[in-house]
Amino acid sequence: MPGIKELHVNGFRRALDADGERSLLSVLRDDLDLTGCKYGCGEGRCGACTVLVDGLPTRSCVTTAAAAAGKQVKTIEGLAQGGKLHPVQEAFLAADALQCGYCTPGMILSAVGLLAREPNPSREDVVRALSGNICRCGAYPRIVAAIEQAARAMKGDGK
Amino acid sequence: MSEPPGSDFLLEPERYELLGDALANLELSRRGFLRTGGSLVVALLLGEAAAQQPPAERRQRPFGGPLPREIGAWLHVGADSAVTAFTGKVEIGQNIRTSLAQVVAEELRLPPARVRLVMADTQLTPYDFGTAGSQTTPMMAAQFRRVGAAARELLLDLAAEQHKIERGSLRLADGKVVGPEGKPSVDFGELTRGQKLVKLIDDKIPTTSPDRWTVAGTSAPKADGREFVTGEHRYASDVRRPGMLFGKVLRPPSFKAELLSVQTKDAEAMPGVTVLHDGAFVGVAAPTEQAAVRALAAVRAEWKEVGGPSADELFKYLKEHPGAAGRGFGGPSRSTHGSIKEGLAAADKKREATYTVAYIAHAPLEPRAAVAEWADGNLTVWTGTQRPFGVRGDLANALGVPAERVRVIVPDMGAGYGGKHTGEAAVEAARLARAAGKPVKVVWTREEEFTWAYFRPAGLIEVTAGVKADGTLTAWEYHNYNSGASSMRLPYEAPNYHVEFHSADSPLRQGSYRALAATANTFARETTLDDLAHDLGLDPLAFRLKNLKDARLAAVLEAAARQFGWGKAKAPAGHGFGIACGTEKGSYVATCAEAAVDRDSGRVRVVRLATAFECGAVLNPGHLKNQIEGAVVMGLGGALFEAIEFAGGKILNPRFSAYRVPRFSDIPVLETVLLDRKDLPSAGAGETPIVAVAPAVGNALFQAAGVRIRSLPMVPRGLKQT
Repeated sequence: MPGIKELHVNGFRRALDADGERSLLSVLRDDLDLTGCKYGCGEGRCGACTVLVDGLPTRSCVTTAAAAAGKQVKTIEGLAQGGKLHPVQEAFLAADALQCGYCTPGMILSAVGLLAREPNPSREDVVRALSGNICRCGAYPRIVAAIEQAARAMKGDGK
Repeated sequence: MSEPPGSDFLLEPERYELLGDALANLELSRRGFLRTGGSLVVALLLGEAAAQQPPAERRQRPFGGPLPREIGAWLHVGADSAVTAFTGKVEIGQNIRTSLAQVVAEELRLPPARVRLVMADTQLTPYDFGTAGSQTTPMMAAQFRRVGAAARELLLDLAAEQHKIERGSLRLADGKVVGPEGKPSVDFGELTRGQKLVKLIDDKIPTTSPDRWTVAGTSAPKADGREFVTGEHRYASDVRRPGMLFGKVLRPPSFKAELLSVQTKDAEAMPGVTVLHDGAFVGVAAPTEQAAVRALAAVRAEWKEVGGPSADELFKYLKEHPGAAGRGFGGPSRSTHGSIKEGLAAADKKREATYTVAYIAHAPLEPRAAVAEWADGNLTVWTGTQRPFGVRGDLANALGVPAERVRVIVPDMGAGYGGKHTGEAAVEAARLARAAGKPVKVVWTREEEFTWAYFRPAGLIEVTAGVKADGTLTAWEYHNYNSGASSMRLPYEAPNYHVEFHSADSPLRQGSYRALAATANTFARETTLDDLAHDLGLDPLAFRLKNLKDARLAAVLEAAARQFGWGKAKAPAGHGFGIACGTEKGSYVATCAEAAVDRDSGRVRVVRLATAFECGAVLNPGHLKNQIEGAVVMGLGGALFEAIEFAGGKILNPRFSAYRVPRFSDIPVLETVLLDRKDLPSAGAGETPIVAVAPAVGNALFQAAGVRIRSLPMVPRGLKQT
């Protein structure tokens, strides 16, 4: 099994020695101790494992580490800059868009990915883009509200 | 200076002999309270009446009467004025970490962020029977109000004494005791003057009345919220210990299969792999999860399978296979009044109906997980469970060590919904860690979580009811098989009733699920009531109100109806309106639903749900609304499409690609009305809001399409109209 010696994560080159066939989720969590992405289903159907790979929301549980080699991986830990939360993170807090919080990193990154390609999403756009993310606690309405609020905030900042 | 124990008194910490176990549990020295400067600890003793667990053995004291043995809640004020509250309750997303801080902050006149909670650590927090049954708000919050109030009174006493000021002129403000015109202004921590003070109180402390709340009763934001949106929070499945291995456990191919033989040589030969074979338990631990999966795959086992009934035969099976003598949680298993025969004879309209309810899964997004670490014969386990002390006992038994050597720590969890009362992963991790001589992490796969946990019980319900033309009930006969007794009691007036729960030999492992059998029983009851109203040509709301004497239930019905606009307009073509209500655990819910059915495709869409809820004095309106919405969303799943499929002792749909749960696209317009009764004691809200969703939607579908559905889930494959 070819090994992976390095991944680009959150703007840094991280040295590794991992079997490339292992899931990106497992390498991020177990080798790099970036536990923000979560295991929820192992089949890419719940979204808890979502990270951004070259800006695209990606289910890391069904992505091999090898497939992420050479690409820019962003996890929830890399979202806040210099201690300042990302507008989506701020919006989730302000809207109380979480209960147990386990789905939250995946939700936030899926939202960041959506807003990067569609800064002006309709409610239908949000629902469609997030349809792969499960919130078993049922915080859906507030998650939608948070994402809409974040979209407004990000346009206001001229981002 | 002997004072009767159990009343207010200040105690030097070393008076252990007065309270034995209760105080020893406080274990002041181990908590480092004595490390620097002074501290104040206020703890509430639970007497027999207040204790939730069966009465422990009593110790006689000179003044007679039983001695309180357990400490339910305690509060620590440090020399640095930091306020810390300790509770054995668990945070599972219901936001009690926030609301409990609020009630303490209220009594101490502090902002909620100034109160930190230490939760669910068997070494650091008081004993607790478990976070379940909607009990945290009525019991634990009430206890914390008392310890907070007692701490306040004590701080005022100390300040008055130390500064020779009239007590009445002092008040608490922003973490200090302040006198007239702000002088003196003394930090809480200064008042202990380097002493270690322990105050033990009983239930009788007066607390701030809810109509004067300024901190409790507000929508304070989620405590530690930032840690969840940044990924900093470590759930049990995120815990990492030096030298940690990853564990996997061999599962039988079907339920009750017997392990005939197992060959582990190939697995043992793999580098870094430990194999444990102990009776029916076979597990592996390896340096990576990938290696553990491979090691497990290398284990060769032979099983004798016994099969089992399929979902198709289930309800007949439940009726024909009674279980041990009927014991339903949530109420007496049988209740009778008058004569059903006479009641039915007096009826103008009668209804006989059978309802079925499928097994469903909790499916918490974080599956069972545990990290176990042994050191010098002491075991520490980080795990997600709603019963940390219960699991500590389970670990002690399973591993054959005294409970005092076991510490269970529950970080804020990735949900539970009643599905994590047990500690399977904890025991598995502990066994593997002991065998490997290193810490071991066990995280259940989603398939394991769907198969080897426990389900919400399936149920068969038979109802016979009679009603007079004037809309009054004459007879109500009700039998629930297997599902349970919660909400089986009829909240409507009926002179003749017989309500009975029959336990059954469930083919699948079953247990607590949010609201227990209240969902099934409310569905059967409120659907039957809808049928009766229809038979009489009466409005479903008016029919219910006519037969209700419970004013609190009537209030939520009317509030939901008002919010929904019940009776204001007819439903558009293909749409229908439905209403239902229920009460459980001291709180009240009513839901109005609008549903639409596409005649050609049979596709069902829930358009709108309006829910009214009342639980006494509300601790945090925002978080209460979140709980209600979350329960309603969860209820939609069980109402419409969730079902465990099984045959031959196997679960057939143990993954999210085959077991449908509510997603963004399933969410209707959700409206929530809170009835804040500051004049009533606060009740819990984690469960009750789920119970009226299914019947409200079912009643709406009946109006929309003329089809009456008596099974949950109602429309797993849409609605075919003939």
